[in-house]
Amino acid sequence: MTTTSHGVRDVPVTDAVLEVDGLTVEFPTEDGTVRAVRGVGYRLDRGESLGIVGESGSGKSVTALAVMGLLPGTARVGGSVRFEGTELLGLSDARLSDLRGSGIAMIFQDPMTSLNPVHTVGHQITETLQRHHPGLNRRTARARAVELLGTVGIPGPERRVDAYPHELSGGMRQRVVIAIAMANDPDVIIADEPTTALDVTVQAQILEALQTARAETGAALVLITHDLGVVAGHTDRVAVMYAGRIVETGSVEDIFYTPRMPYTLGLLGSLPRLDRDEERLTPITGSPPSLLNLPPGCPFAPRCPLRRDTCDDTEPALRPVGPEPHFSACHFAAELADTGAEDVFDTVGADAEALARYADATTPDEPPKDTV
Amino acid sequence: MTEIDAPGAADSRRPAREHEFTVEQRSQTRLVLRRFARHRAAMASLVVFVLIVLWAFVGPHLWHYSYAKFTPDNSQAPSRKHPFGTDSSGYDAYAQVMRGTQTSLKVAILIALGSTAVGAVWGAVAGFYRGLVDAVMMRVADLVLTLPLFAIALVISSRSGGSWYWIAAVIAGLTWAYVARVVRSTVLSLREKEFVEAARALGASDTRIILRHLLPNALGPIIVNATVLVATGILTETALSFVGFGVQPPDTSLGLLVSQAQTAVDTRPWLFYIPGAFIIAIALTINFIGDGLRDAFDPRQQRVRQ
Amino acid sequence: MLAYTVRRILVSIPVLVVSTFVVFLVVVNSGDPVANFATSRQPAPSKAAVAAFARHIHADQPVMERYWHWITGVLHGDFGPSVQSNLDIGHDLFTRFRVTVTLVASAMVIALLLAVVFGVFSAIRQYSAADYAITFVGFLFLAMPVFWFAVLLKQAGIWFNEQTGSQFLGTIGEKSPYLEVDTTWNEFTDRLGHLVLPTITLALVSFASWTRYTRASMLEVLGSDYVRLARAKGLRRRTVLVRHALRTALIPLATVTALDIAIILGGAVITETIFQWHGMGEMLVQSAQAVDVYRTMAWLLLSAVVVIGFNLLADLLYAVLDPRIRYD
Repeated sequence: MTTTSHGVRDVPVTDAVLEVDGLTVEFPTEDGTVRAVRGVGYRLDRGESLGIVGESGSGKSVTALAVMGLLPGTARVGGSVRFEGTELLGLSDARLSDLRGSGIAMIFQDPMTSLNPVHTVGHQITETLQRHHPGLNRRTARARAVELLGTVGIPGPERRVDAYPHELSGGMRQRVVIAIAMANDPDVIIADEPTTALDVTVQAQILEALQTARAETGAALVLITHDLGVVAGHTDRVAVMYAGRIVETGSVEDIFYTPRMPYTLGLLGSLPRLDRDEERLTPITGSPPSLLNLPPGCPFAPRCPLRRDTCDDTEPALRPVGPEPHFSACHFAAELADTGAEDVFDTVGADAEALARYADATTPDEPPKDTV
Repeated sequence: MTEIDAPGAADSRRPAREHEFTVEQRSQTRLVLRRFARHRAAMASLVVFVLIVLWAFVGPHLWHYSYAKFTPDNSQAPSRKHPFGTDSSGYDAYAQVMRGTQTSLKVAILIALGSTAVGAVWGAVAGFYRGLVDAVMMRVADLVLTLPLFAIALVISSRSGGSWYWIAAVIAGLTWAYVARVVRSTVLSLREKEFVEAARALGASDTRIILRHLLPNALGPIIVNATVLVATGILTETALSFVGFGVQPPDTSLGLLVSQAQTAVDTRPWLFYIPGAFIIAIALTINFIGDGLRDAFDPRQQRVRQ
Repeated sequence: MLAYTVRRILVSIPVLVVSTFVVFLVVVNSGDPVANFATSRQPAPSKAAVAAFARHIHADQPVMERYWHWITGVLHGDFGPSVQSNLDIGHDLFTRFRVTVTLVASAMVIALLLAVVFGVFSAIRQYSAADYAITFVGFLFLAMPVFWFAVLLKQAGIWFNEQTGSQFLGTIGEKSPYLEVDTTWNEFTDRLGHLVLPTITLALVSFASWTRYTRASMLEVLGSDYVRLARAKGLRRRTVLVRHALRTALIPLATVTALDIAIILGGAVITETIFQWHGMGEMLVQSAQAVDVYRTMAWLLLSAVVVIGFNLLADLLYAVLDPRIRYD
């Protein structure tokens, strides 16, 4: 385990809460098989936080749902997902549901649709409490629900506990979802684009509530987002996904200071810089490939400014680059040392450095974490 | 290279010309047809339905018995001479079922066309002008919708004397309001779209906007509704004829044939089952066609098979 | 909600007035009862008798006046004169209404129960053989003419009685003309036996369309984010199905059910005709044949009240079931 998994630090097995190895997900459709996830692996230590970044359709949400065992019945899942050493793939739904919510909790993208409109938010919290603590009586559960609502920053939780979802704003609803996620002290929280559907002004508050939830429960966090800015401030490590694979992974500093994959460089180049306003953004031209009948070779090649002939023939494996636990899936990763987006893509303007500094400054307050 | 790399951004720089709109339309139609062709039940139904229509309209010219002529054979079971048998007075059931199918289809199709034409224009005008016009027109439509279709049709068509177009007109007069509601809601969403704005900016008249821009773009729901109306139409007409308020002898319809045969289920079952089977076949195929069209027009539909 | 209900009832009064007026015009013009009277009787009635008949049924008055007399009469419980002498339309209507209510209510309950069971099953087993079978049967029933199916069922009932040597399944009328042993229990089973086949007939079409509706509604809810979150919370499949999916999926079904009442009333007319019930179906057919204006109007008025009542019920039900809807 210590050497096979991709982009994982060499630490003793005992500390891993979640290990994903060689995960594949395929969806049969009328037009053929969509290979949504093609061999994803990562490892999450107790209390650690991992950011998974990628465009929509890169397979990051599907990976999360596969871990939860919540993919539709038509999906074909392969590989391995271990939670505290227990293999989850192939486990019965009954066994899995004992784990969901108590071992691994999940937060979804759209708070407007995540809560059942016909039940009060209090009911939706107590429901998960009582599910995992069968002896819990109604009054205690309700008191705990009020407490949880207070913890995630909902004002007047005694009143709000009886509110229906439609009576709350989007930001408030996402706080409720976070309260549900932390209700049973999970060991892992998977947050799938928790801020994407929200107003920019609310996003920071929600991320703060998420950090509170982590601090309270000591849970490890998988933060899925397409926003590198979110990752920079809230996770220890980053995995960049493209076309169903992890194409680069490393510490936040590695990814922002010394990216070794042109796609990552492109992502950094697309970030607006705050300090130099005359600079332009560096876009990645084109769009991600269809995961149906993916051609051989590097899936990023058609959009890659560094593309050479090899790129069309063989898909690069995820290989270590540099001394740190930093991995990249590019044939020419070595050549990319000390390269900025402006060197690779057409326009100057990426502010990778500024972001890296930001990452340094705001590296999350380490929750109980003894393995760094 | 400072362009935004959104797909299709390149096209937006090209000046929009009239013909692009039609090209767009044609490919849209092709897409719908392709999706429809993939719906196997709908394709099979279309074939069966077309065969029934051809048989009912062409068949009587080729068949050597008329629906209104006695034959010397009465109460005969199906044979080569009388494929569907004969009834107790010697009518050839094959000729009668053919005629009945023709009448019932004529009624059903006229209902669908009539109420679709009226309802589509009604709904489009209401949705386009909104405000008071809309309020008044839709109240009228709502009023029509509160009338119980079968009961009112029964009361009115008692005066029809059995002519098929009168029956069709009565039923269409009670069903157009469904179409009007559907079209109105579609038009309400369409009228804010850019191409309507563009047409208006170019000085197109209201009539032109409604007929050339709004209705064609609401075609999906309109066609789907029309198929539903064919099924509703045939079931309503045959039921009316069965109760004695629809098509009258000597003309015949599938409902009338079933009605005349209801006491002969045991003795001359062919007279009862065959016209019934034709009603089911027509309504069933039309419903499958409608289902296929709905899937074809609705791009959100993505079928996943195991 | 009470204020809302009262307001809705008040609003529906003008709707009822306008709609009955339109219907009245239609019905008055749907035939000429006086001519019927003059030509269809043997021996031919005298001119004076015809004039008296016309006066009796108010055919000599202008339409507006007739409508006014009718609607004010209805408010006093007088439904106007029938072309049949000695027929009290009000009494006739309510006797028949009781007969028909039993049929309509039992058909609706059965159709609804079966529709929920099959629709939900179909949805949770989407694309399975059972789902395809249920879908196909649904399509078949939707295409099945009620009258054809009713005749078949009637035959099946007769066959069943012959085979079992019983008289349990009544195929004619809503009850037997007389009972050998006239006890409450016997009367109950007699009526029940007569109810079975017509109920199945009438339930058929609604069952088919409601099953398809339940399936679609259930599928939509099963694919929703909140069901996924409920599963992510660790709730068991069954709990999610009942408490989250079904509870929400049934809300629109309640409305659809209530709004289909007009279609069911139409189906009841056909069903009652075939099973020869002395219910509202027979009343409508008879009065349409005889161009009995006031008897037809009584029927249509009652059905309009029922339809409007069910519309209101649908809205109220929605408010009860869905906390997002509030009327004040």
